[in-house]
Amino acid sequence: MSGSLLRRVRVAEVERVANRIKRFRFVDVDNAPLSEFSGGSHISVVMHAGDRLLRNPYSLMGAPSDTSSYQISVLNVEDSRGGSKFMHEKVSVGTELEIGQPLNLFPPAKLAKKHVLIAGGIGITPFMSMMNELDGLHSDFELHYGVRSLEDGAYCKYLQSRYGSRVNIYRQDQGQLIPLERILGDQRLGTHVYVCGPKPMIEWSLQTAKLLGWPDENVHSEQFSAPPPGKQFLVKLARSGREVIVRGHQSILEALEENGVDAPFLCRGGACGQCETQVVACDGFIEHNDHFLTEPERVSGKKIMICMSRIQTGSITLDL
Amino acid sequence: MTVSTIKSRPIYPGLSPDLNARRNIIVCDKAGAAAVTELFSRADSAFAERTTIILADSLSATETQTLSRDLAPAAVEIQPTLADGIARLRQLLETAPMGLRLYAAGSEPLIGLVVQAGLDFSIDHLSIRTEHRGSLMRRVQCVHCKGYIENVTTNPVKCTHCGLTLLVRDHYSRRLAAFQGVCIDAEVPGEIPPTEALYQ
Amino acid sequence: MGLTFRNETFRDDFTYTNSPSNIRRFPFPFVEDQYRYSVNIEPHTPGPKGSPFEHHFDVDEHYVSEMRDRAMVLAADPLRCQALPHMMTAQWDMLELLMTSLARDYPEHFTLHRDGTAWHWINRPLGIDQKFTFLDASTLPYPPMEFIGRQVQGDFSIQDQRDNQLWMDAGIITSQADWSLDFDVGMNFFEWHGPVPLAHEAGVFERALKFLLNLQIGKPVRRLNWTMTINPRLDTSPENYHKWASDRMTVTPENVGQKVHLRVEMQGLFRLPRSNAILFSIRGYLMSLEQIVTVPKWGRRLPRVLASLPPELVEYKSLGRYRDMALAYLAPYDDGAPTSPGGGPD
Repeated sequence: MSGSLLRRVRVAEVERVANRIKRFRFVDVDNAPLSEFSGGSHISVVMHAGDRLLRNPYSLMGAPSDTSSYQISVLNVEDSRGGSKFMHEKVSVGTELEIGQPLNLFPPAKLAKKHVLIAGGIGITPFMSMMNELDGLHSDFELHYGVRSLEDGAYCKYLQSRYGSRVNIYRQDQGQLIPLERILGDQRLGTHVYVCGPKPMIEWSLQTAKLLGWPDENVHSEQFSAPPPGKQFLVKLARSGREVIVRGHQSILEALEENGVDAPFLCRGGACGQCETQVVACDGFIEHNDHFLTEPERVSGKKIMICMSRIQTGSITLDL
Repeated sequence: MTVSTIKSRPIYPGLSPDLNARRNIIVCDKAGAAAVTELFSRADSAFAERTTIILADSLSATETQTLSRDLAPAAVEIQPTLADGIARLRQLLETAPMGLRLYAAGSEPLIGLVVQAGLDFSIDHLSIRTEHRGSLMRRVQCVHCKGYIENVTTNPVKCTHCGLTLLVRDHYSRRLAAFQGVCIDAEVPGEIPPTEALYQ
Repeated sequence: MGLTFRNETFRDDFTYTNSPSNIRRFPFPFVEDQYRYSVNIEPHTPGPKGSPFEHHFDVDEHYVSEMRDRAMVLAADPLRCQALPHMMTAQWDMLELLMTSLARDYPEHFTLHRDGTAWHWINRPLGIDQKFTFLDASTLPYPPMEFIGRQVQGDFSIQDQRDNQLWMDAGIITSQADWSLDFDVGMNFFEWHGPVPLAHEAGVFERALKFLLNLQIGKPVRRLNWTMTINPRLDTSPENYHKWASDRMTVTPENVGQKVHLRVEMQGLFRLPRSNAILFSIRGYLMSLEQIVTVPKWGRRLPRVLASLPPELVEYKSLGRYRDMALAYLAPYDDGAPTSPGGGPD
């Protein structure tokens, strides 16, 4: 019931595409065709990193119609919980991995007249397949991509050669910033804007759009964040009577999986709502780190998204 | 009957100003104009200065004078009919940029046609701010002959195109900007309940 | 397979009926003696051989005649098949899913050759042999949804997914239980279910929507729904309501067993990969009371279920005019014996 259908893939290619960023190409272990996907989709990659089981989401980057292989890009994050470090250090050509089916929580708005894509750093990845799709549909789009330098930004040359003047790159090392006010201040009616990048960039973009009178319905963002760490706490399972310790760098979901408890999940980024779990009792303060629950639901304290959220200290009893 | 158990029946939350919008377009009728004056009282004068009002209704000379004064300092354009008002709206939307906020205040047919025009320009219906004022009259589509019946105030109502007597349901289509009308005496022709003036 | 396609009608002289061998594979929808509204969604995994759940898209003895009736409905009212402009990718998704499924599951009837985007489709029962270029609509005689929709039993709608909602933005609907595609196209999940009583308040649609928004590629689901229809009529549309509603007045204690049909919809839901849309297949099955009671378990259970319906549902499904007659007809078949769980015959 939980999670997505898994399939075994083999790493067919690994390429360093920028500082700390590697591109991985996966093929089915039996060379069977993979599923097509829609622009903006991601897959989860199952990793056995030491004694830990991780399932990290990565955007699919190739052409959505290419069923021979999937491609992802992974930034080696310094304060990594182990996932990106694992991919960079332990995975090479020939490694076999398990991946989930494509899932799309960041699709382009099909009714839009135009699409403005704003990317920061590794946030370029969901836009790779999105642009491929929009280009194929002859949809009007433009990309604004902020990078630290050309050595740090992945795919700059490829994007410029493929999409020409629709791609705008801004280099921090040259003091260039994305001129968001100018960009959003001069768009035709029916334009949608999409932002993917670091949290402060997303917040800045959402705020700028709001101040320029953009309706919320035309503004979209995606942020892949790892479950924020905290202190160790105890989860009690009301149905089975079991107790599971959640360590500081684990999510509740990861701790349950480590202990063989089958809990529902899909996106593992607090966005899809699949892992919504009823709280039976809680003697600690819940830190809601998801993007799914409404404010009244958070205040009620009766629900928690176990892929992202935790409690500060103490114990929590879940309806599992 | 603005509360319904049928979920397709629109809800109009009331006008509120988007103070960040760089331009506002408000479509209203005579009754809706009162909601617009109240809207202006909740915003600064700069809000009204960024606003174009399309007042679509047949007005007397006195009404024209009073309403133009009440709705200043916004630019007020008066259109003699709802259809003219919607045509003018579409013309303005043709060249409008992002940062525009659309509002509608008045009868349900007026709001429905504004929302329908908005959809054609990729304006999400949720981003259009609406307030119902005045008559409860409805725009109805006959599900049988697909003809539209304007300004319906009774239930049942006779289809002006095919002549069938229609039950007006609360089922509403934003795309068509109309409620659904279905033959009321289909089981036993002629067995028609008394006509009620439900939508005055 | 040995399918023999019946030559029958769903209008005028109503010659439709189920062959004796087809009766036991009817997807009887009531799993217990008491009526209870539930979402009853289950994985659409292959069922027992010969059952209507064996394949994703069930083809039975009524196939050819049903397709003929669909063509007649579309000729009279082209608005029964509509797709909003942004649904073209989803239309191709649907065509691919249906063609590959049928060719795999019924190789004696359907064949699909694929060489890149050069496709060759053969439908033997309908005598169709079509070469076309996948993703190029100009190479087909109809838009892709309509082309394949005219060749598969059951109605289809395609839901676009955006803003955490499903939008019914395309469909080919010619045998519906009294709802209008032309009116509902463009509506969201809550809106097009607007007229359904009780379920909104019970939170049924909120839970169902949340479930469907996360529906995954390769993991389709199904559920059963039902209503009753007088005469084996497929086109019970609101558009023609004034032409068929009076059928309800023709039911008498003498003909109730032949006239009143239980109409079951097997609804399948599939995530479409390229468009991220959801295909909703609504495969209808019709069986007269007279044929239902030939299965003793169904003869016992159906009257019990009909007697326990809440009044809102009796009204919504418009059963009021003839429910008592149906109950009187069914009463002798309920000997009071217990029934086994599940819908299938013993």
